Amino acid sequence: MAWTPLLFSGGLAFMLFSLFMAVPFGEPLMRVGGMIQQTDGELGAANLVTAVVLGYRALDTLGELAILFAASTSVGLILTGVKQRTVSVECEELGELFEQASTLLLPLLIMVGFYIITHGHLTPGGGFQGGVIIAVALFLPTLAGRGAALLNHRLIQQVEGGAGALFILLGVAALLQGESFLQPWLPVGEIGALFSAGTLPLLYLAVGIKVGAELAALLTHLSTNVPSPEVPR
Amino acid sequence: MTLAIILYTGAIGLLVIGLAGVVMSSHLFRMLLGLVIAEAGANLLLILAGYRWGGAAPIWQAGQFPTTMVDPVPQAMVLTAIVIGVGVQALAIALLIRHRHYSGTLQRTGGLNQLQADLDREAGVRHTRSSDAPTLNPLTEVEHVH
Amino acid sequence: MADPLMLWISALLVVVMWAAALSALLLKSHLAAVVSTSLLSLGLSLLFVLLRAPDVALTEGVVGAGLSSLILALALIRLGLVGGSPREREVLSETVGDKPVTERGSQQ
Repeated sequence: MAWTPLLFSGGLAFMLFSLFMAVPFGEPLMRVGGMIQQTDGELGAANLVTAVVLGYRALDTLGELAILFAASTSVGLILTGVKQRTVSVECEELGELFEQASTLLLPLLIMVGFYIITHGHLTPGGGFQGGVIIAVALFLPTLAGRGAALLNHRLIQQVEGGAGALFILLGVAALLQGESFLQPWLPVGEIGALFSAGTLPLLYLAVGIKVGAELAALLTHLSTNVPSPEVPR
Repeated sequence: MTLAIILYTGAIGLLVIGLAGVVMSSHLFRMLLGLVIAEAGANLLLILAGYRWGGAAPIWQAGQFPTTMVDPVPQAMVLTAIVIGVGVQALAIALLIRHRHYSGTLQRTGGLNQLQADLDREAGVRHTRSSDAPTLNPLTEVEHVH
Repeated sequence: MADPLMLWISALLVVVMWAAALSALLLKSHLAAVVSTSLLSLGLSLLFVLLRAPDVALTEGVVGAGLSSLILALALIRLGLVGGSPREREVLSETVGDKPVTERGSQQ
């Protein structure tokens, strides 16, 4: 048992602990929180975290979409080189219950996912959570033993690219109206209604579809060997 | 005050356990799990910075925003960080699959030796032990050359 | 300043998370380590609810206990760390998927 890394970890923990205890817990340190509270819902979103993610810090969300895109594409690129054996293993029957349940759950899960995406500005939720639910729902038939044919990889890639382009186009549309990039620009409406908060639900819709398609493709890459598309030599 | 000690100990402890796991584990899969634990600790530390005494969740309830709210900005940052974390984990798993395909083992020293031997063979250099290794007793120990 | 209920529940959740983290690194079985990681995500999600962050709790619950556990379990199969006899592990770690039966593999 190497004691040096443990000693170093203990010292690091002590240093971080003394750093954080010197700062009063629960007292406002940054003025940003207070300032966002003083805006009093000018973006029309009932969920302030959505207003921060898509309104005040929308550029960070664009950066996150770029990081997710890079990770998912890299997984596809890394894993296409792994050689595929020609022998397959006898798959035992998973049982009638499992296959029927997966067929029944798929539309329900997609509906729940879209509900969470579209109500992101009213209740806790939003594009990322709903997108992950949709991705797992699209992966469910593969788990049940049939349905790698359900996910057409070209279609998934085009949907993902289209949703990402929609996000950027909504931001550029704000530029064309004379405001800054990704500024919310549709009429705000009243707080708490479904059709409120301007472009924020549309942005979350684009984010949700993009994240869902991306993670579904990533899960399929991790579970099977997807043959790489034909590259002209 | 006690609440601060409990929560900060929890978060910093998770972070340090994760980092120690990455540094000290001999199996690459446990290294990945150490990374997952460290990410969880870091996210918790960020949320702790946004807590306010007597604050409520930053959601429109019963016709108004609450008078005292917790800070929504760290929550937005952590939302981003959690999803990025899972993307990084997927990429790490892809790298692990490729590494196992290359070297046939998931032990840390086994893969390292394999890499070093391959590099030396490609460079045309005789594969030797490093100069920092303790000197061999010529009567009992023999140096293995790959 | 905090009520004792919050103190006790936070202490309980911190202890559960520490136990899950330590067992994820120290247990011998890789499957048990992945399950411990899932338990860590669950405890973290409950702690986020306690800290008045419902959006983050929902995200951590969906991503940590849903997606992350799923991809770690897929990694276990794909890396040959779990699942049946050694020959089955070897074959499974090369091809995993829903291929129909084409050849008889080894029995359990």
